[in-house]
Amino acid sequence: MGSNLTPPQLRRGGLNGGDNPGLSQPPWWRNRLLIPWLVQALVGFVLLLLVAFLLGNLVRNLTAAGLLLSWRWLGQPAGFDIAESVLPFQAEMPYWRGLLAGLGNTLRAVSCGLIGATVVGTLAGMANFSSNGLLRRLVRVYVELVRNIPLLLQLVFWYFVVFLSLPNGLAALQGPGVVLAKSGLYLAGFHNGLHWVGPQLVNDVWQAPLRLSVEFCALLVGLVVYSGAYIAEVVRGGIASVPAGQWEAASSLGLGWLASIRHVVIPQALPVIVPGLNTQYISLAKNSSLAVAVGYADLYAVAETTLNQTGRAVEVIILLLGTYLVLDLLISALMNALNQFVRIKER
Amino acid sequence: MGNSLTGDLPPGFLQRSKDWLRRELFASRVDGLLSLVLIGLILAALFGLLRWALLQANWAVIQLNSTLLCIGRYPIEHQWRLWLLTFLLAATAGASWGLLRSCRRADRPGLLWPRNDRIAAAVLLAVCLITPPALGLSLAVAGRWLAIAGLLLAMRWLLGRLGRRLGADAIKWFALVWPVTYLLGMVLIGGGFGLTPVASAEWGGLMLTLLQASFAILLCFPLGVMLALGRRSNYPLLRWGSVIYIEFIRGAPLITLLFLGQNILGFLLPGGLAPERVWRAAWVLTIFAAAYLAEAVRSGLAAIPNGQMEAARSLGLSTAQGLQHVVLPQALRVALPVMVGQFISLLQDTTLLSLIGLMELLGTARTVMANPDFLGHYGEVYLTLALLFWCCCAALGLGSRALERRLDPHHLPNL
Amino acid sequence: MLVLAALLLGPLAACAPEDGSGVQSQKMAAIQSRGKLICGVEGTLPGFSFVEPDGRYSGLDVDVCKAVAAALLGDASKVEYRNLNSSERFAALASGEVDLLSRNTTETLSRDAAGGNGLSFAPTVFYDGQGVMVPVASGIKGLKDLAGKPICVESGTTTELNLADRMRELNVAYTPLKFQTSDQTYAAYLGARCVAVTSDRSQLAGKRSSFPNADAHALLPEVMSKEPLSPASVNSDPAWADALRWSIYALMQAEEWGLTQANVDAKLSEAKANPNLADLRRFLGVEGDFGKQLGLPSDFAFKAIKAVGNYGEMFDRNVGPASKLKLERGINRQWKEGGLIYAPPFR
Repeated sequence: MGSNLTPPQLRRGGLNGGDNPGLSQPPWWRNRLLIPWLVQALVGFVLLLLVAFLLGNLVRNLTAAGLLLSWRWLGQPAGFDIAESVLPFQAEMPYWRGLLAGLGNTLRAVSCGLIGATVVGTLAGMANFSSNGLLRRLVRVYVELVRNIPLLLQLVFWYFVVFLSLPNGLAALQGPGVVLAKSGLYLAGFHNGLHWVGPQLVNDVWQAPLRLSVEFCALLVGLVVYSGAYIAEVVRGGIASVPAGQWEAASSLGLGWLASIRHVVIPQALPVIVPGLNTQYISLAKNSSLAVAVGYADLYAVAETTLNQTGRAVEVIILLLGTYLVLDLLISALMNALNQFVRIKER
Repeated sequence: MGNSLTGDLPPGFLQRSKDWLRRELFASRVDGLLSLVLIGLILAALFGLLRWALLQANWAVIQLNSTLLCIGRYPIEHQWRLWLLTFLLAATAGASWGLLRSCRRADRPGLLWPRNDRIAAAVLLAVCLITPPALGLSLAVAGRWLAIAGLLLAMRWLLGRLGRRLGADAIKWFALVWPVTYLLGMVLIGGGFGLTPVASAEWGGLMLTLLQASFAILLCFPLGVMLALGRRSNYPLLRWGSVIYIEFIRGAPLITLLFLGQNILGFLLPGGLAPERVWRAAWVLTIFAAAYLAEAVRSGLAAIPNGQMEAARSLGLSTAQGLQHVVLPQALRVALPVMVGQFISLLQDTTLLSLIGLMELLGTARTVMANPDFLGHYGEVYLTLALLFWCCCAALGLGSRALERRLDPHHLPNL
Repeated sequence: MLVLAALLLGPLAACAPEDGSGVQSQKMAAIQSRGKLICGVEGTLPGFSFVEPDGRYSGLDVDVCKAVAAALLGDASKVEYRNLNSSERFAALASGEVDLLSRNTTETLSRDAAGGNGLSFAPTVFYDGQGVMVPVASGIKGLKDLAGKPICVESGTTTELNLADRMRELNVAYTPLKFQTSDQTYAAYLGARCVAVTSDRSQLAGKRSSFPNADAHALLPEVMSKEPLSPASVNSDPAWADALRWSIYALMQAEEWGLTQANVDAKLSEAKANPNLADLRRFLGVEGDFGKQLGLPSDFAFKAIKAVGNYGEMFDRNVGPASKLKLERGINRQWKEGGLIYAPPFR
């Protein structure tokens, strides 16, 4: 309908001029071509008024508070420290570096979370089709338990109840190349590029090439467990969408369980799974902002500190919303590309 | 489950269990090993949990703060209003339950209390019997809870009887009772019409959580449907407006939107016009949920073939009538599971209000845990909250599945 | 349309002065027409602002709210409390979300300045300094011993900035673990996630007193900063700021003159009966127009004292030696006793 509409001014000429006097014209308010434009003009006008009203107030109120939009504060020294950061950051660096460090931390949590949740979700989703009844039921319990409890509650539970009751020092949980203590997760790695070094206790403090703080671990575990349950359902739905006949056909061809999954089921399930994954990935990225509840210095946490130290609420919120929007679009674009890839292969 | 056994002599219980175990747990050597490992893990986890819950945990923190967790700082002298509301809700819920059952079983009389209903009734009674002593509530309060459960079941029984005589129309009329109850509940909670007003800042705990969630669920539904229709509209302005709204909201973390609502809205509106803090959060939740709901409805709309609308138009229905009578009912039915999923998320998202300083369930729990008398009892409080949320969300999920079955045309012979 | 027009014109109409006393204050007019004062508090700090199990607020900061409500509205119960975390408090005040911020906020230049946060501070109700608390068993004796150690701190506070500054001066590297709220901060400290927690010394002492084994924790002798904790309002309404300021001075003056919650009624009748007690008569509003000059009722001082007692009573009740916090008056004594509490003349 929309493409072959005539602009109202042309149409009005027709109405007034009466170029078709023989036909009885419907009254103008029932004109099927005019009304869409009228409705839209009205809606547009109201929207415009609303936006003008809100912006007008914003400017007036900000002027009154002496806080008119300005971005100069971004260059001023931040004055606060950040506990852990992928990008180097110190208190004397400007605010924008702090926000960038926060973004780096967010990206780290999101990327690790995406990988972890995908692995957990895929395994759990596939476990729904295991021949072991106990495993199948256990996965149902996991999914039903996790999906019905708020993520924020799970995060604070992981951090304050689980990770903060870990032992420190010698009593820490130790595995080959891994030590989990209250001060963090210590992993073995290459030291100076060559020597393989495991975690060591020096003066009652653990030292290792790779250390993850418990704040990061709590956030990561929380996100992975939560998103993993949702992804498990997506994967289950995808696999279930493959008709049972396909399984039977694969096994009649002599393919084993793994081989039939790999060559027959997954290629057909993926086009169903990928769009669902996209939704889950985006919500994981946004949920990472709950890091603020467990003391991990992600973008939102740094932004909130910045906002408070500068008083620049509006600017900081604009930055935040913009960054998360870009992050989501990025994930969406990647997943859409993957979707295309999967579809082409199917054909 | 025992399909494969039909035809054989009915085997004994022992034999059946053995078969079941073999099939489900020990089908192969790998399966058997896995089962043993899993059983070991489950037992260890259960044992650890029980040991903690019975020996180490100090449940006094829940017992002494149960009122605070339920209703926050709601003034004691007005608490009777909340009791009244609970009674009202119980009566309405029981009546709806009875009506639904009586109609559903119209084709199969004699099944007024099917097995699921008996289980539900037993669970309800058990909860109302066990919880008050466990929380150390006074006899009067325990009695009230028992009376509430009794009222619910009585209404269930009464309307289950009457419902058959009243017929299917009764349900349609009875659906109107819910909005009336809701509005009445708002008046009871907030005051007005002769009742002393209780400021929204004094609402809290579980009550505030449920209020926020129900408000947002009720309002985001029409908004979401409108947005979904707008997104499929032929008017470019409506379409693009809806798209921008939906994508912008879905691209933002809820916490930033809540923060915006709490702290920036004051800049956007002239002084004094901004609604109360609690309502502001409720509106932000609504606006947030509407965008997600719109996508759920859109997926439902996409599942309805164009022919349906064309058929409706060719019958002489207008576009609006076609939507209302033909397309939307089908689309909403398709979208129902996703929509309920969104409602469950919404209920869970209310916990984020604690991050902006509102005293909903988690926010109240935080003040409880900051109380010097209860320092360090995080596990008890968080587990209780998790249990509460789990029950609420699982109930929503169960209800949705039941509704799905009811609405599924293939499973419904004649209604 | 009409509604929109009303919305657009509303703020213009609200600009017109409507106060009969000649004092122009939008804020005070708004509070009076609303019938209650909206007061931003912390909400989880025993002694300063705290929700009791029966749901009532108590504490020094809360009493300030009550006193102001009593002075302005004549009723100390007409207060609505809003829990604000340190990160959102200034935005809440600036956007008009709360009328008064009574949330152990340190007065600083950048918070006061029109080009900064744009607040207006009332007299300091508690002179504090930043301290560090550590477990006695840790053996930490000074800030330098904290090198490489995690320190818990509330984000968005002056504390956070002072910590960064002091540690930079001492050239000590440390890990700041930041939390949004004080309850989380102390939960992490008690969970031994950090070996030290830094905050105002009064807060530390208060929290320490509430710990199960208070003697196991000690405050380091170093005082890292001056922390004058003061109520605040917005810069843009000087009349409201004045009313606030003098309502609080009245409580301090009352202590200096020995007026208490218990004897203020007797003092009032004494002042009414005896025209020679000029100072007292002016103070209690028997003669003169102090109240009117501020845009307050003439008996504002009487109402405030009647509601919460004088400053000393407030201090003793909430944080003094008899309270749970067991803090000494220290520099918070009256100036005549060598302290810093000093009300300018009521004249």
